[in-house]
Amino acid sequence: MTQHVSPPRDGTGKAAPVDGPPAWRVQLGRADVRTLTLLGVLAALVLIGGITQPDAFLDTRNLQLVLTQASVIGVVTVGMTFVIVSGGIDLSVGAIVALASVWATTVATQEYGFVGILFTAIVVGVGCGLVNGVLIAFGQMVPFIATLAMLASARGLALQITDGRTQVVTVPSVLDLGERDAYVLGIPPLVLVFAAVTVIGWLVLNRTTFGRRTVAVGGNAEAARLAGIDVRRQRLYLYLLSGLCCGIAAFLLIVLAGSGQNTNGNLYELDAIAAAIIGGTLLTGGRGHILGSVLGVLIFTTITNIFALNNLQSDVQQIAKGAIIVAAVLVQRRTASTH
Amino acid sequence: MTKLTSRRGLLFGAAAVSAGAVLTGCTSNETDDGGDKASANDQPVADDKPGKQVTIGYAGPQADHGWLNAINDNAQKRAEKYSDVTMEVTEGSNDTAQQIGQIETLINKKVDVLVVLPADGKALTQVGLKAMRAGIPVVNLDRIFNSPQAYRCWIGGDNYGMGLNAAHYIGEKLKDTPDAKVIELAGLDNLELTKQRTQGFDDGLKNYPNIQKVARQAAEFTVESGQAKMAQLLQAQSDFDALWNHDDDQGVGALRAIEQAGRDDFLMVGGAGALSAFQAIKADSGVLKATVLYPPTMAASAIDLARALGQGKGVSGLAEFEIPSTVTCYSAVVDKENVDQYMSTGFK
Repeated sequence: MTQHVSPPRDGTGKAAPVDGPPAWRVQLGRADVRTLTLLGVLAALVLIGGITQPDAFLDTRNLQLVLTQASVIGVVTVGMTFVIVSGGIDLSVGAIVALASVWATTVATQEYGFVGILFTAIVVGVGCGLVNGVLIAFGQMVPFIATLAMLASARGLALQITDGRTQVVTVPSVLDLGERDAYVLGIPPLVLVFAAVTVIGWLVLNRTTFGRRTVAVGGNAEAARLAGIDVRRQRLYLYLLSGLCCGIAAFLLIVLAGSGQNTNGNLYELDAIAAAIIGGTLLTGGRGHILGSVLGVLIFTTITNIFALNNLQSDVQQIAKGAIIVAAVLVQRRTASTH
Repeated sequence: MTKLTSRRGLLFGAAAVSAGAVLTGCTSNETDDGGDKASANDQPVADDKPGKQVTIGYAGPQADHGWLNAINDNAQKRAEKYSDVTMEVTEGSNDTAQQIGQIETLINKKVDVLVVLPADGKALTQVGLKAMRAGIPVVNLDRIFNSPQAYRCWIGGDNYGMGLNAAHYIGEKLKDTPDAKVIELAGLDNLELTKQRTQGFDDGLKNYPNIQKVARQAAEFTVESGQAKMAQLLQAQSDFDALWNHDDDQGVGALRAIEQAGRDDFLMVGGAGALSAFQAIKADSGVLKATVLYPPTMAASAIDLARALGQGKGVSGLAEFEIPSTVTCYSAVVDKENVDQYMSTGFK
């Protein structure tokens, strides 16, 4: 596909109207084409689901189920997208979710009820993010190494706290959030949190100074520094943000599964990175799309759902997931090749 | 507290063998004048009385799961019970290389007997052989070594039997239901034990032609995966009569999904024997009606066997001079009727 002109962009895909491109092309900026592609994939999946299992798939309950299951990993992915846009990576998200969920479900926090559990999950998440951020921003550590170390130690600590046991939540107000009675206009509260995190994440990345600085740091850290951005502080904030998202996700997982276990959040880091990449976020930094990431999560969750409804086994599901990642990236190369 | 149940596997086998021994003993005694005194009853058997000091080297798993944690717990508690047993415990490990190193250290320390639950039975066969060649008998716990030369005694669970007994329990409950449907929530599919559990279940169901297995999904032995996969299964199967879930830990998640979906139109059978499952069965307030055991008390029995090996004794109730070479624990079905008996063995 040839590009007639390159209208100025600010990473959001908003194209300035200049002479040359037809109106539809201005409307459909690069990012929009990408989003449409992902929506197309999602629509195709919905079609497949609807044809193979019309009763079970096209059912309100199933829609609620898919969105609920996407919520936990979805919130993690929003945080991960910010980190990747800045040129970093956070391998510790799954381990932080595990640590936050077991710490928040210990007997001690259950005595403080709903607030105690929510507060602990978020504090632990942010705390881990702070350690990551300080190591990377001020300890000059490579993000890959620093967060790999956090992955190992947070998982270890989670195992130590639980002693391998499953910590069942006994606080009714927490459990009730996952019940059908708590749905707002048919939407589960977990999904509302996911939607709120997505909207806030999109606004922050695309409409604030913080977001522009994040893109700038990821595009060229040295140029960003010369432009007066405090790159180190920006990096610190981004890992804090990722930790915060993990804390929120841990709370959602506690509500969903009704327990804390050291195996929680297994392989979230890879799922979140995969979703961000098929959503069009560059692994090298400088460009990112919250909506793309969220669509990536929804695509994965929908595949899992369709496969389970058709009683296909997990090995087939994993193969399909790999194929989707490859296909999505290849399709993007064709529809939005500028790099 | 675990004595009764931990010996259960032994006793079941013992009952059959000793019945035979008594019969042959009686017939031979009629013609024998009693000149040969080498009868089984005179052999020393292991009991609770302190005997020769034994040092047991224990290399267990990393306790990242309720059942594995219970295994290490059972072994340590049983060792503490005996004043004549000293236990050298290595740090639990899921890492093959690390565990090989740990076992080599125990060999160098010249422990009297080794009890090993290998991270990977195949990969640790060589170090088992090494210990046996060094004259240290090995009690192989649960995950079996590749070669019988690598252990003196194997004690473990019966994965095939779990599936079989679960199928029989469900079959009996549903035998009067025409066109009954069952579904299966399996464990980690890349483990051999999962395949054995499913095979036993499928074979058991063949006895009940009115029952059809309509769906099977594999979870990962975790609460999170149990919840996610069960939620999908419930959505896929709007109508079924029974569910077999391979593992009580992932069952915590599965029960949560069932509760969230507001379903109570089927019966559920769990697997392993977690305390939470026992409590739910006793309360009888939900779908969980029974669980098939994979008893973690086998670790306590492994210590008993190691002690007997170290002291050169046999097993009470068996005619043989030596302890058996293999002991397979029975996968008993625990339901409301007998749950009290098993409550103390439930793991958290």
